[in-house]
Formats: sequence, structure tokens, C-alpha cells
Amino acid sequence: MNFELTPEQQQLADSVSKYLSNNYTFEQRKAIVHSTTGVSESVWHTFAEMGLTAMSLPEADGGFGGGAMDLMAVMEALGEALVVEPLLDNVALASRLVARLGSEAQRAAVLPGLIDGSLRLAFASLEPGHRYGLVPHTTTANADGPGWVLNGHKAVVTGAASAQQLVVSAATPSGVSLFLVNAKAAGVTLNPSRTVDGFRVADVVLKDVAVTADALLGLEGAALPFIEEAADFATALLCAEAIGAMKSANDATLDYMKQRKQFGVPIASFQVLQHRMVEMYICTEQARSMAILAASKVDGSTDVNDRARAVSAAKIKIADAARQVSQESVQLHGGMGMTEELKVSHTFRRLTMLAQQLGDADHHLERYAALT
Amino acid sequence: MDLSYSSEELSFRNEVRDWIAANLPTDLRDKVQSYRALSKEDYLRWHKILAAKGWSVPHWPVEWGGTGWDITQRYIYDEEFALAGAPGLPPFGPAMCASVLLKFGTPTQKDQFLPRIREGDDFWVQGYSEPGAGSDLAAVKTRAERQGDHYVVNGQKIWTTLGHYGDWIFCLVRTDSQAEKRQEGISFILMDMKTPGITVRPLILMDGGHEVNEIFFDNVKVPVQNLVFEENKGWTVAKYLLGHERMGSGSVGASRRELATLRALAKRELKNGKPLLDDVRFKDKLSRVEVELDALEITSMRFLDKMRRTGQPPGADVSMLKIRGTEVQQMITELAMQAAGPHAQPFKAVDNGAIDHFTSRLAPRYFNFRKASIYAGSNEIQRNIIAKMTLGL
Repeated sequence: MNFELTPEQQQLADSVSKYLSNNYTFEQRKAIVHSTTGVSESVWHTFAEMGLTAMSLPEADGGFGGGAMDLMAVMEALGEALVVEPLLDNVALASRLVARLGSEAQRAAVLPGLIDGSLRLAFASLEPGHRYGLVPHTTTANADGPGWVLNGHKAVVTGAASAQQLVVSAATPSGVSLFLVNAKAAGVTLNPSRTVDGFRVADVVLKDVAVTADALLGLEGAALPFIEEAADFATALLCAEAIGAMKSANDATLDYMKQRKQFGVPIASFQVLQHRMVEMYICTEQARSMAILAASKVDGSTDVNDRARAVSAAKIKIADAARQVSQESVQLHGGMGMTEELKVSHTFRRLTMLAQQLGDADHHLERYAALT
Repeated sequence: MDLSYSSEELSFRNEVRDWIAANLPTDLRDKVQSYRALSKEDYLRWHKILAAKGWSVPHWPVEWGGTGWDITQRYIYDEEFALAGAPGLPPFGPAMCASVLLKFGTPTQKDQFLPRIREGDDFWVQGYSEPGAGSDLAAVKTRAERQGDHYVVNGQKIWTTLGHYGDWIFCLVRTDSQAEKRQEGISFILMDMKTPGITVRPLILMDGGHEVNEIFFDNVKVPVQNLVFEENKGWTVAKYLLGHERMGSGSVGASRRELATLRALAKRELKNGKPLLDDVRFKDKLSRVEVELDALEITSMRFLDKMRRTGQPPGADVSMLKIRGTEVQQMITELAMQAAGPHAQPFKAVDNGAIDHFTSRLAPRYFNFRKASIYAGSNEIQRNIIAKMTLGL
């Protein structure tokens, strides 16, 4: 038993934190969110230079062969700074699927660019009417000679507009398959939007998108277990990110309580508020324990159900804690917590979405219950 | 990070598990598992079995009969104990009074009391709370007046858990009512419960059980040798005890066992012809408790790991184990009562009526466990501790 980060993990997290505190302040973030693309080239390239995009890729592909534990503290730092770069979608979902399913040629075409920061991917998975389900229903790929033709509608694809390639899930005759689709291919239409928490997403419509045979990742119909694994890996990292956002909300609230005076005294002196602050703190620590469990299971568990159960348990806890911490942080800030001007309202929005992303508490309760 | 126990720790766990399986009397285990009250003899019988093995006071220094186990082994031992349904040894003697004597006792006091505590010869109880001194413990009023080589004690204690089993009681008493600060006039003394002038009155709780008592002291003569540490320095002793290791206060092992019992119950109880366990509304509540307990277990392990690395007590944060641990216990007892449905209502058979003795104990158990967030420093006091010590509020 050992709950300490390795010196390397700690060092990486420290340098990411330091970089973000100098280059990703609340004001700088606001500028990025409202820029044309909604993402920052320089931040992305710095992440790549720091090795974040390479961390969890296999060494054979130029990565570091790391796991969720190696990125946990980094994700916490990103959560604390409310970073809107689509790192999770690239690292934990799209590139992981390419690395695990792709042929040598496919990996060689995509991964070096991802590692050096010159190329971005997006994972087009969700569909209207199917909430957080990972099985594509309306998006299909039909064989057409040696190639495939894709049709369908993908919803809320994070980072689609900044991606050169999309990893698209589609129903094929024998099951679920994944395809690498050029984001600019004929028949691909993006309908981009900004999310309530400052991310860039797009609905992606695929209309008779013709791809060659080498667009298929892995075997036809065999992708679902890989998608589920990647989603669990991403959920574990998202839990860590949420811990960082909760920490930010707690720190801001604690500071505010000590400064803000009413009735001639700091509001921190009121027991009713103290106890609520303590509950926020305990919720965060309990959630942190589950985030650690999830990371350790996605890295170490050889039993799929054991992994899935731990990840869903973690997401239930994170969703509940994110809701409580975010709501209380606004309440304890009073009217100021409602304004755009304070970071806490942005943290509130981020935590609200983190609670739902990759499955809300009900989604994971259902999955957890089916496994116990 | 590595969340698993080492192979040495796992084989230690197996050793403890096997030994308990072979040595825990089945009647005691059945009593614990079916939620029946334990008699004084039950507690002492199990204590003596443990003492014979050398396991009654693992956390004591080895020269006094401790096992020399490290903090993780002690945690594993406690957890296995609870998982097996072994009666928990009441903490008042082995954990509380002994810790005080080991730290503050004279050599004579140690020789007089420690071996008997270790062997389970005396049943100890705790005289802290009074009608006017609950969370505000420094308000104790029970007086001890020095008269020659005795103190004469007058006053009243309340909530004395298992006071009716007590052979000895340790008490906080007021020895100086003029002291400038209330905390400065308190002393820690030990009393033989057979001393004339001590009366124990049962306080029956809403579950119908006799667990706590009021104790009245009417001119009770206590030899001055039974003062622990210095006169008027009892608050130092009390604070030491409060700050003592509370790693077990999450009761993770006990709650794991209770959850298994709850699952079995929910599998047996039917709703619309199907096990209640498959009912979505019930399952969601059960799952959330399980997740909270998973989190609590890892939080406990994090504290354990930190203690082991730093050699320091876990500090104020350990209060969160008490808060969440008791909340989990309370949620489980509530769900168990709900799982029994209408069968939770019958309490006692009359006129030779038939009754299910297990389901009839579930509602009383829920009632009884409302105590958990009140005792041992109410959960509100625990939140005060975290607010002050950790958050600097």
C-alpha cells in the first residue's frame, strides 16, 4: 500500500501546475474561450512538449507507456485551471483507440503528429436519442467495394473543429466498428458550438462519406470492448480532473469566507457556514479516494467487470460530490458567486458538466448495479 | 501508488481470519450477526480467549502484552474481527483507560490495573458525560473533595455505556471549582464500582434495550492513589485520549459485514414476485451506500499510509472517518429496516405469538444507531474540529 506519487509523476504535475499558473490564469483562459477557435495552439504545443500527449501511448509508437496513474495529478491540475483544451478526448479516447486497434500504417500516420502536437483527433461517438450509450445506433458504415460509406449523426463531439481526423464509431454488419475519417472529407458537416463550460464541440453529420478500406480500425464489428475500455480510462481521468475543479471551488470558497465580512465579522465565523464548508471538503476527499481507485483499476485490473464496476462507482461519487461542491460554493459566495466575474461561477459550470460527461450518476448507477 | 496490501500483510490477514474462524464461539458470532445484545459474560469470555492467544491488547507496548504489530496490521486485525462478526471488545478498558495509564500512570497503577485489563479480569466503563456536560465536556460538575488520603465524590454521570457491567470506572471530576479556567480544575480518577455510594440506574433507549446508564455518586470515598496524573490536570489526560488513534472510527469492516447481511435480506424479500434486490429504487440506494463505503475504505487506507510514512497521528482529518463511517452505518440500518417492509413492525411476541426474531430486530437497530452520530464526539463536534484544525476557520 502506497498512496504517494512517484517522483516523476509529482515532477510532471508540478511543472504542468506551474505552467498553468503562469500561462492559464483566469483572464488568459477567458481570452482563449472567446477566441475564434476556442483553443490555444501554444498551450497545446506546450502540453505536447511536456509529454502529455505521449504519456499513455505505447513506447513502440513513441509514447511513454504510462497509465492513468501517470496522468492523474496532471488532470487534477488541468481541472483546477479549468483548461478547455481537448486533452482528455485526444489522449484517453481517440489516440488510445488508434494505438490499440490501428495497423502499423494507421498508427504511423496519426500518432507521431499527435505526440509532437501537430495533429489533433476527436472521438465521434455519442448520438442524439442515445444519451451516454457507447453503441452506435443511427450511424452506419456499409461496405462499398473495398471501402466503406458512412452515414449518420454524431452529437457533441469535443474538439471536432480543431481535429484533422475523427475517430467515428458506426454500426457495421457484425457489430460496432471504428473508422478514421478526415474531418474535411466530402460529406462531413460540422455544426460547431461552445459549451456552457467553455469547450468547443460540434455535431457531426456524415452523409455518404466514402472512406477507403484502410480507414477501418481493427477488425470489423470488434471495436466495442476497446471503446468501453477507453471510456473507462477516460472516465478515470475525468474523475481526477473533477477533483482539481472541486479543489479550486473549495479553495476559493474558503478564501472568500475568511475575507467577506457581514455583521462586522468574517462570515467564516458562522458555524452554519463552517459545517457546510467541512462537508464540501469531506465530499472532495471521499471523491478523491474513488478517483484513485478508478485510476488504479483501469491500470491494473485484468477483470473487465472489476474495472467497469470501480470506474462506475467512482463516477457516481464524483458526480454527487461535484454537484454538492459546486452548488455550495456558489451559495457560500452569495450573490458574487452568481457573477461571470468570479472564477467560482466558471468552476460551477465546469463541475456541473463534469458530473454528466461520460455518464451521469444515474447512468453509472445502472451500470454499477448490473455488475454487483 | 499501490492500493493493494503486501503479501506479508495478506498472509497476516489470513492468519487472523483463520484463527478467528477456529476460535470464535459460534454462539457469540450468532449473537452479533443476529443483532442480539451481549452479556458481560459474553464479552469477558471472548476477551479471555483473545488474552490466552496474546491478542487482547495488540496496540499496547510489547512489555505490557502488546503484539508489536504495526499500524497496518492492527487495522487489518480490527477489520477481520468485524468482518467475522466477533464481538468488539468494549474500548473503555483496553483502549481508553489503558492508554491513559500507559502514558500518565505511576508504576504502581500500571502494575495494579494493566494486567487485569489485558486478561479481561475487570470490566471498565467510562464516566465522562454529565447531564450538563455533553459536547461541552469541560463543564463537568461531579465534585471530588480531598479529605486526608481520600477523595469524596458527589455528583452524577450519564450515558455510561455498559455501566451496569462495570467493575471499575474512570471519571473526570472537578477538584477545584475556583480555577480561573474551567479546564484547570478537573482531575482524572479511577473508582471501584463496588465502593459504597455508587448507584447505577438504567436508561432504556427507544429500541427497548439497556445499554446506557446514569451513575450517581453519593459521598463515595476514593483513595488518592487512584488519581491519575496530577490533581487538576485531568483535562490534559482527557485531551490526550481524544487525540488518540481513531483510525478504526470508520467501522469499515463492520459495515461490510452488515451490507452483506442487507444484500441477503434484500434477495430474500420479494416485491412483485421478484427479489427486492432487483428493484431499481432500492438498488440505487444500496449502491450509493456501497460506493460511500468503498470511498471510506480508501480514505482510511490513505490515512493509514500517511501515518506509516510520517510516524505522526492522522490529525483532525480523521474526524471525517467518524462522520462518514457513522453515516454509512445509519444508512445501512435504515435500509435494512426498509428491506424488511411490513415485517419490520412486530417487536415482541405476546401470548405465544410467532415472530421472526431477525426482522423484529431491524427497526430497533435502526432506532439504536441514531446514537452513532451523537456519541464519541457528535458529528457536529467532529465538523467543528475539521473546521478549526484543517480549514483554519
